[in-house]
Amino acid sequence: MALLEIRNVVRRFADFTAVDGVSLQVEAGEFFTLLGPSGCGKTTLLRMIAGFDAPDEGELLLDGQSLRGIPPEHRPIHTVFQSYALFPHLTVAENVAFPLRMAKVAPDDIRRRVQDALEAVHLSEKQRHLPHELSGGQKQRVALARGLVNRPRLLLLDEPLGALDAKLREEMQMELINLQKNVGITFVFVTHSQAEALALSHRIAVMNRGHVEQLDEPSRLYSFPRNRFVADFIGKINMLEAAVLRSTAEALVLDVAGVGEVWAPALPAVAAGQRGMFAVRPEQVRIQSGEVAPAGVGHNQVHGRVLDFLYIGDVTTYLVELANGTRLEALLPNTAPGRAKFFEADDPVTLTWSSQVGVFLDA
Amino acid sequence: MRDFQTSGGLLRALHPATLTRWLVSGPPTAFMLLFFLAPSLIMVLASFRFPGAFGGLAPLIGAGRAGEDTGLTLENYQFFFSDWLYAEIFVKSLVVALVSTLTCLVMAYPLALLIARSPKRHRDLMVLLVILPFASNFLIRVYALMILLGPQQALASAVNGLLALFGVAPVNLLFSTFAVIVGMVYVHLPFMVLPLYTNLEKHDPSLLDAAQDLGANGWQRFWRVTFPLSLPGIFSGSALVFIPVLGMFAIPDLLGGTRDILIGNLIKDQFLGTRDWPFGSMLSIMLTLVVLGLAGFAARLGRRDRNEET
Ligand SMILES: Nc1ncnc2c1ncn2[C@@H]1O[C@H](COP(=O)(O)OP(=O)(O)OP(=O)(O)O)[C@@H](O)[C@H]1O
Ligand SMILES: [Mg+2]
Repeated sequence: MALLEIRNVVRRFADFTAVDGVSLQVEAGEFFTLLGPSGCGKTTLLRMIAGFDAPDEGELLLDGQSLRGIPPEHRPIHTVFQSYALFPHLTVAENVAFPLRMAKVAPDDIRRRVQDALEAVHLSEKQRHLPHELSGGQKQRVALARGLVNRPRLLLLDEPLGALDAKLREEMQMELINLQKNVGITFVFVTHSQAEALALSHRIAVMNRGHVEQLDEPSRLYSFPRNRFVADFIGKINMLEAAVLRSTAEALVLDVAGVGEVWAPALPAVAAGQRGMFAVRPEQVRIQSGEVAPAGVGHNQVHGRVLDFLYIGDVTTYLVELANGTRLEALLPNTAPGRAKFFEADDPVTLTWSSQVGVFLDA
Repeated sequence: MRDFQTSGGLLRALHPATLTRWLVSGPPTAFMLLFFLAPSLIMVLASFRFPGAFGGLAPLIGAGRAGEDTGLTLENYQFFFSDWLYAEIFVKSLVVALVSTLTCLVMAYPLALLIARSPKRHRDLMVLLVILPFASNFLIRVYALMILLGPQQALASAVNGLLALFGVAPVNLLFSTFAVIVGMVYVHLPFMVLPLYTNLEKHDPSLLDAAQDLGANGWQRFWRVTFPLSLPGIFSGSALVFIPVLGMFAIPDLLGGTRDILIGNLIKDQFLGTRDWPFGSMLSIMLTLVVLGLAGFAARLGRRDRNEET
């Protein structure tokens, strides 16, 4: 049985539907992420799980038991708020002790468990400080320790890293992964950063306008987006108009505008004649100098000219224009030191990619 | 420019920023020195002098009129400590002030909380209603209270009717310590509501969400989050009620009985009745010392709380 089950949950505000029929299951011990653009209903869904809001339709179940009518203080679910919401009049140790006090844990136990929790987030030496004396990252850690100390069945995290700078955020991501692994508590994590979601999660639900577009493991989500929204939202991707020529159990053969025949991984549900988009990631496209002769059936290949390039440091992205004006991005790692690019604008190049990559999207 | 800045205090004082600061803070500082500090010093000096034969003060140097002592004396203070009556009045005043302050606090807190938790668009109106009584004259409002509490009025009849059921003799509501406290609370309630509201309104509502999320019920959310965070508001509200109540003489005069003499009345009598200015000065200095002592005590109490918490 799933730890948390969300069944067809709908939440409306006046004439606006913030959550529109979400169904999903979170397994025990999982690091589960809700990913989506601003306003797609992530916080609304989280507040219903925590008990601050109730669904208009549908049902939430924890361990198979309905959560209907159970107030937040009686749910074995804790939240790490985006603003941290640390109690300003209590020290770090007292903040962490708060949920244990509420649960009437014995004072000796409280002391020991607070120490353990603070050690887990490397804050033992700050325990007598007040929240306003801490840095953003330290406040974040206190909020985490406070949320975990009483071992909830579920920890909800609403964009907990949103207020941190890039470097600290990366550090905290590592700590979060380790922490979750060590304590074994199920995390439901909310973010609108796809990089964060991919780095942290066991599974991700991509949300858009109140519903789930796709629920999958990070690598599958990245490699096999189910529709244009997911493809576009997660990472960079080239999208080309395409029509299905043949669909077999081994491969999908497409007619892609400006490229010609393209072989792609099989998609059983797709039939010949269907129109849609062919999507392929920039790092899956190889770029070579000059016009290389076609290598034969199943080797996707197209000629073009370099239009522009963008040096990011570890990689350079090349924008290539095809004969028909279509533009494609290809990505090349900068392995040679001191060299920002391998091609100049206007250089003739050949783009190739394997028939094992790319995906056909019919919607 | 560099020469100006290095060439000493006067030029630095004429630097535009410094000059502006002095121009802005100068007048209020001068006002305070003239009308607060100077009278206080005059009072201190007066408390060590002799009364004039026809009121006022006897001369400090030189000969006075017949029967007048001149110069400085500790007599006023000695007299204060020689008679228990004065200490008794001080204690009674402190008790009345304490009861009035606590009553104000108990009544103002729910009201301030209600306003602070109301939708934003209603709050200003509610605050306006709280301070509306200030729009009418203080004495008129106290006279209105006299009528309300008067012996033949509905309130007194109701109370005495109820008492009669239990076989208790009728009581006078007016001209009693009870009436004094009612008056004190009525007049000073807004001074408690406003600082409390200002404090409560600033509380971050997500703290209550966090407390609830972590297992606190309504009662625990109040005592462990809202109340401790509102302590500064409680302290300033209490000071704003306690201190004026301690010096108030009009309310005990009008609503109190003959036995309800408070410090304020005592001091007023020295200046307007018996015309013994030095004794009145001494009394108000004793009052100031008591208030300062209590304030210092409260501050130490607050600090100790802090230290024990951490
Ligand atoms: N109490 C409310 N009353 C009316 N509308 C609301 C309320 N709460 C949320 N909404 C609306 O519901 C939609 C979803 O809000 P929600 O806060 O869940 O978004 P989100 O996915 O968390 O976005 P973000 O990433 O910006 O935090 C928004 O359009 C918001 O305006
Ligand atoms: Mg949100």
